[in-house]
Amino acid sequence: MDILYFAWVRERIGIPRETVETQARTVLELVNELKQREPRYEAAFSDLSALKVALDQSLSDFDADIDGVCEIAFFPPMTGG
Amino acid sequence: MRVVVQDSPFDAGHELEFFRNRQDNIGAIVTFSGIVRDTPAKDLEALVIEHYPEMTESTLKDMAAQAIDRWSLNDVCIIHRVGRLVPRDPIMMVATAAAHRRAAFESADFLMDYLKSRAPFWKKELTSNGSSWVSANAEDEATLNRWQTN
Repeated sequence: MDILYFAWVRERIGIPRETVETQARTVLELVNELKQREPRYEAAFSDLSALKVALDQSLSDFDADIDGVCEIAFFPPMTGG
Repeated sequence: MRVVVQDSPFDAGHELEFFRNRQDNIGAIVTFSGIVRDTPAKDLEALVIEHYPEMTESTLKDMAAQAIDRWSLNDVCIIHRVGRLVPRDPIMMVATAAAHRRAAFESADFLMDYLKSRAPFWKKELTSNGSSWVSANAEDEATLNRWQTN
């Protein structure tokens, strides 16, 4: 699946998007897998209460099932308008 | 409805005329324009707006459709800029067209509340003293509750 990062999440991880193979069943399991990889992921995901997640372009939450999802995006709360 | 996300500047007056001319038999239009505000220290060099292109337009269209349905609007226009802006630039505008003013006012207010907290835009301020991402305002999230219908 494709993972997209925006705003300071993108800056901390250092790339805007990547494709990963994962066995994770939920968003939280995926986040924990990523955090094991490198410190930059730990830095980006250290406080999940400061983050939002979208599954296939719809806002979701960290407990959500990711089976069949093609695109996951992580970002801070939006600041449009 | 008309939903536009663009890099280039727009003319709010011209957009209002265009919006008005395409309406038939309405009694009210309300418009809101958001403008790039300088920092208190007056050192803002640019405001950079990032977005999630695959999600932005669908989110805005969904909000516009909800407003049209809930307030029986004739039409909605949402224009939002992305990229690099400078102080005094218009960032975005919302226009609502209805038979009567109350529906036009309330729906514009609703659209702005949702646009602030649910549309995937992020602002970064570049100043002569460095750069920082604008934090979401906790009150903006709380104001969404007033639109809940049960």
